[in-house]
Amino acid sequence: MTSLLPLYQITVPTLEFRQLAPVLLLFGAACVGVLVDALMLGRSRRFRSEVQMGLVLGSIVAALVYTVYNWRVSGGGELVAMGALMLDGPTYLMWSLLLFFGLLAVMLFKEEKLGGGANAFASSAAAIPGSVDEAEADRYRLEQTEIFPLTLFSLTGMMVFVAANDLLTLFVALEVFSLPLYLMCGMARRRRLLSQEAALKYFLLGAFSSAFFLFGVALLYGYAGAFDLRAIDAAVSNPVYGRGLLYAGLAMLGMGLLFKIGIVPFANWIPDVYMGAPTPLTGLMAICTKLAAFGATMRVFFVALGGEAWTWQPIFAVLSLLTMVVGSVMALTQHDVKRMLAYSSIAHAGFILTAITGANQNVPGGQPTAVSSAMFYLAAYGLATVGAFAVVTLVRNAAGEENDMAGWSGLAAKNPWVAGAMALFLLSMAGIPLTGGFMGKWMVFSSAWFGGYWWLVVAGVLTSLVAAFIYLRLIVTMFGQAPARTTFVGDASYWTWIPIIVGALGTVVLGVAPDLVLGPATMLGSFLR
Amino acid sequence: MNPENYLILAAILFAIAAVGVLVRRNALIAFMCVELMLNSCNLVLAAFAQMRGNLDGQVAAFFVMVVAAAEVVVGLAIVMMIYRTRRSTSVDDANLLKL
Repeated sequence: MTSLLPLYQITVPTLEFRQLAPVLLLFGAACVGVLVDALMLGRSRRFRSEVQMGLVLGSIVAALVYTVYNWRVSGGGELVAMGALMLDGPTYLMWSLLLFFGLLAVMLFKEEKLGGGANAFASSAAAIPGSVDEAEADRYRLEQTEIFPLTLFSLTGMMVFVAANDLLTLFVALEVFSLPLYLMCGMARRRRLLSQEAALKYFLLGAFSSAFFLFGVALLYGYAGAFDLRAIDAAVSNPVYGRGLLYAGLAMLGMGLLFKIGIVPFANWIPDVYMGAPTPLTGLMAICTKLAAFGATMRVFFVALGGEAWTWQPIFAVLSLLTMVVGSVMALTQHDVKRMLAYSSIAHAGFILTAITGANQNVPGGQPTAVSSAMFYLAAYGLATVGAFAVVTLVRNAAGEENDMAGWSGLAAKNPWVAGAMALFLLSMAGIPLTGGFMGKWMVFSSAWFGGYWWLVVAGVLTSLVAAFIYLRLIVTMFGQAPARTTFVGDASYWTWIPIIVGALGTVVLGVAPDLVLGPATMLGSFLR
Repeated sequence: MNPENYLILAAILFAIAAVGVLVRRNALIAFMCVELMLNSCNLVLAAFAQMRGNLDGQVAAFFVMVVAAAEVVVGLAIVMMIYRTRRSTSVDDANLLKL
């Protein structure tokens, strides 16, 4: 027995609580949120959503403060949680952005004034649509307050996802952030059949893609003999086994990651899911899921597979070209505002992928790296997107949200402020100068240019001209046409107005003074290997 | 026995399951095929753990099982919800989202 003992000696794991505080805070608040739902029964049931919202806001703000504090104290660049998470510059940058956009998007979840005292989520997700149960749940003003802890769980997963230093943590985090999203997708209050169908599609395709992801992980493990990203990097530079495992693993892992981003051969789910999901959740998915998926993709491909850059760069170039073109052209043909925004988000993913294709990581002279330019683009896109989806919840008809573009005609005559804000967001997405979107496009294209992909930049600029028509068409509809009779701008509380105002201000600020975000982004732009 | 045979078996299982997801109409069967894909990944992980001489792969297989169990909970909830609404779990019937 004694001879076996050293083999079974288990090192006691240590956790760096200060460094991990942002993640643990969100996770703890989510667990408390589950208890709140279980324990606040009877009379106190009415205050559930207030308590939940307090937990969400408190934990996100505290996590944001902690992230900035930790960055100040340790400056980035340490392995924590037994080497499972890497806290380097990009991690702090992505955590701050994830928390900030999570905070903005979750405010829309609490909007109740707009729907006459009910939020955008089903009163009882288990009740059959159109049944007596559902009518009763509506009458008693029940609320599915589980959405708040689910959102926190999802954000926790995203934060771990962008910081994961080994492939197993990456896989677990992927599932942790996806599973709550699948559930919440099916919980819209209006048009519940569409919403449930979106949940089914998202779930089946998401599970399918994560199986590919996992097979890629297993193959890379076979190639390197370890899950650690740096061990894989070492195995790429000094191969012990044949390259077949590496290429197969790279392709399957890439498929899983690109599915989450929504790059074209794997983006079929995006329009259906964005259209069917409750609009506040669409706002959250459109920015936070994309940001997390881009962050993890860059970490995996730059840190672990950077030695194989000449293999994956041409593939990424072709995929980003395809994504830009298909996303823009398909967006042009849409008549539903949410679906149009979904296709435009695919096109944006293509634009951001050009920066990853360039893959410049340590540019001399303080030039923004691929990471910092992609993150700047995502910040600009996120501000416009959260704002745009907030406006989508505002434009209503008697039945609920008016998503048909015909209903948006002449919106400026009814409420110039809302139409003006929407126009600002759309101009930013189109990349008009003096908005954040223009600076973002400039950054990602220059990043691709420095990486040697000038033809991709030319194609990208031409595509963004086509893409501009998508947004101009809606602006013309809002400002130039006769007002639609059945549409009105809903009476919203500050939970909707804050994201719109912050989005509009942020869009202008990023366009006029981009250095505010670009400075920190450039400083935090290199992965630690 | 040569552990590489397990890899070949896992690849065949993965391929069968992937085709199953694509061709079967019943959401439950498609979902079971996804689970089969995850299990073939487990087989790869265990086989490589044996071949590379460390335990990481075997430990990972446990994590995958836990994740698969969590996925079942969420998946069955969604399929149940669809079935109660439409009395059908065919993915071909879920066709409202088209433009």
